[in-house]
Amino acid sequence: MTRKQRRLTMIGAAGVVLAAAVGLILYALNDQIVFFQSPTDVVEKGIGPGQRIRLGGLVEEGSVVRADDAHVTFSVTDTSNSVKVTYTGILPDLFREGQGVVTEGTVGPDGVFVADNVLAKHDEKYIPKEVAEALKKQGVWKGDN
Amino acid sequence: MIVELGHFALVLALVLSLVQSVLPVTGALKGDARLMAVAPPVSVMLFLLVGLSFVALTVSYVTSDFSVLNVVENSHSTKPLIYKISGVWGNHEGSVLLWVLILVFFGALVGTFGSNIPAPLRSATLSVQSWITAGFLLFILATSNPFTRLARPPIEGNDLNPILQDIGLAIHPPLLYVGYVGFSITFSFAVAALLLGRIDAAWARWVRPWTLLAWVFLTLGISMGSYWAYYELGWGGWWFWDPVENASLMPWLAGTALLHSALVMEKREALKVWTILLAIFTFSLSLLGTFLVRSGVLTSVHAFATDPARGIFILVLLCLFIGGSLTLYAWRAPMLKQGGLFAPISREGSLVLNNLFLTAATVAVFVGTLYPLALDIVTGEKISVGAPFFNLTFGPILVPLLIAIPFGPVLAWKRGDLLAASQRLYAAFGISLLACLFCFWLWGMQRVLAPLGVGLAVWVMIGASAEILGRIRVREVGAARAFSRLTGLPGSTWGTAIAHFGVGVTLLGIVTASAFQTEQIRTMKPKDLVSLAGFELTFEGAVPRKGPNYTEEVAHFTVRQGGVEIARLDPSKRVYTARQMPTTEAAILTLGVSQLYLSLGESRGDGAVDVRVYYKPLITLIWIGCVIMAFGGLVSIADRRLRVGAPKPARKSKAVAAAQPAE
Repeated sequence: MTRKQRRLTMIGAAGVVLAAAVGLILYALNDQIVFFQSPTDVVEKGIGPGQRIRLGGLVEEGSVVRADDAHVTFSVTDTSNSVKVTYTGILPDLFREGQGVVTEGTVGPDGVFVADNVLAKHDEKYIPKEVAEALKKQGVWKGDN
Repeated sequence: MIVELGHFALVLALVLSLVQSVLPVTGALKGDARLMAVAPPVSVMLFLLVGLSFVALTVSYVTSDFSVLNVVENSHSTKPLIYKISGVWGNHEGSVLLWVLILVFFGALVGTFGSNIPAPLRSATLSVQSWITAGFLLFILATSNPFTRLARPPIEGNDLNPILQDIGLAIHPPLLYVGYVGFSITFSFAVAALLLGRIDAAWARWVRPWTLLAWVFLTLGISMGSYWAYYELGWGGWWFWDPVENASLMPWLAGTALLHSALVMEKREALKVWTILLAIFTFSLSLLGTFLVRSGVLTSVHAFATDPARGIFILVLLCLFIGGSLTLYAWRAPMLKQGGLFAPISREGSLVLNNLFLTAATVAVFVGTLYPLALDIVTGEKISVGAPFFNLTFGPILVPLLIAIPFGPVLAWKRGDLLAASQRLYAAFGISLLACLFCFWLWGMQRVLAPLGVGLAVWVMIGASAEILGRIRVREVGAARAFSRLTGLPGSTWGTAIAHFGVGVTLLGIVTASAFQTEQIRTMKPKDLVSLAGFELTFEGAVPRKGPNYTEEVAHFTVRQGGVEIARLDPSKRVYTARQMPTTEAAILTLGVSQLYLSLGESRGDGAVDVRVYYKPLITLIWIGCVIMAFGGLVSIADRRLRVGAPKPARKSKAVAAAQPAE
């Protein structure tokens, strides 16, 4: 093989691998990303059952009901609308009524959001960024920035 | 007093780093030996000064000097000593100081032990290192000064975030930083070589040990961080594809590629242009990681402060270093001479393939990490890119690479014979096929991916030994001769085999722990029983306990296997007094290399608790494999031929020289 042919082989192989990688990435970006929605989005846009979203807002005061075997239901609110959420599992340490929360899952046929993941904040100082901005939109943000 | 001394040392270090930024590189370009001679002593001095200021900050933490703002915000007098010390880097200011300390540490290492490197290259490298140092010292002094005093000191501090009060945090950041920042020296070498316009095989030989060193620490740092998240956050996962984790994974992937391409450059003088680019990219990804983690664009346990001025400052530094080095590269790289030729099927070819897949994997992680940020800035839309994205992209990209791993080392340089190479891998292939079939027989056909994964892991593990077996040729030369050949093999051969074996071990852990994890979630009253994977756990009741700076509710569990008590587990819920912040301490029972993981939820009023218990088969292999990889890296550094302090032919002992085949 001449130098030119060798180089072409290399570049060809590189092209194939990179094209495959880019294809995978684009496909996954279309398919596997999860949009963040506020309770108002869910109510107004009418998120269909089965579509995976991240739902964020505040845990509504007095809405947390614990049942046996770590089943828990609560409502996530942005003060204008609220969505009922069920979850089975251990809630993060900083999960509290009136505090920010991000849950991930799908809306069930009965309109109740079935979460398979409730995200923790690592520190009491921080509120999830998406939640803060969604609350700012609703004009109920009380934080300092 | 010591605080002011530390502050002053930092200012002095900034001035010295500016001197270092200019003089040695000028000397290197003009061939002035006096100017070049400035570099080594100043690099050591820089290390001593930054070291002094780091000690000063540590002293104010240990003595709980609450006249220092940084100590007030992150420490508490009742905190155990070890966490007072680790608290130094458990905050924004201190962690950036540690960052700079490691930066100048690597400079000092090159200044002290780099006497085999030609003076111009060494001086220019140390100058480039000082550009970075000056940038970050300016960043500290202008926006993140850890030595700010308070006019009216409070009596008590705010304490450190409780989840950071853990032995994992004491170890993870320094290890990670040595790795992360260690790539700065490779970057400096690359930029210096571009400035001087001379890049050859010798360059790769000088640079490789530094790259290896950084890589070893980054490997350990990432795995330590993963284990910390696993046991401290109480969710039982070991990797979350969190942007902050990705920020450390990207330099690791690029650094791994760099290790392999530097090998080609050293042995065959090929891939020069690419290796230099990779050196620049690797450190750029480290800088990007620093920006992501430190600027507050991401909300995470690592984002200590969200001061926009800091973010912008790091962004400017990032653009300067990445933009500047790439411009220099675009200008200078075309002047580099072409290297040795090689056929696509050859050792070089396999290393190119390795680079290709690792780069593609880096791109996948890069897109997954930055796309949400970009989308947020451009459209304001909020998305999250999680595990499904990475499983679909990162996984398929890595699988061909893993399959190819055993082939690389058994291919000859320049022109390899794939058939001959495959023959040396027959045994490995047979064993992994057997392992695969055995798993199918054991687990049935429901899970197709798991047995294939186990087969792949075994293939990588067994295949790693193929090069060594091939080189000693035990059947042809007899056991005694083979043994002397075995001991005579160069460290880098052993290092390769060990590190590749480690990859297989980690893979095995990942496959089994994700495919065969079982879990139970229960609300348990005292004397309740939960059984899982052949274990029976009895809840014996909860008792309150008091720690040095927290109170906790400890739940006692007895673990029985076949009716026999094998262990007691005590997970707990803690509340740290100073911040009134609750944390969960999971209890972990290690059985061989598998683990039983027990985590608590909110306790109910009537003495019942929510319990989540997992059985994670072979999970510790994930981290053990990383440690094996890092050990392989160390063995490779110890290779005589790479040792800092030029390998002179006279030093070679005859026996070793005879046993070593020509390369």
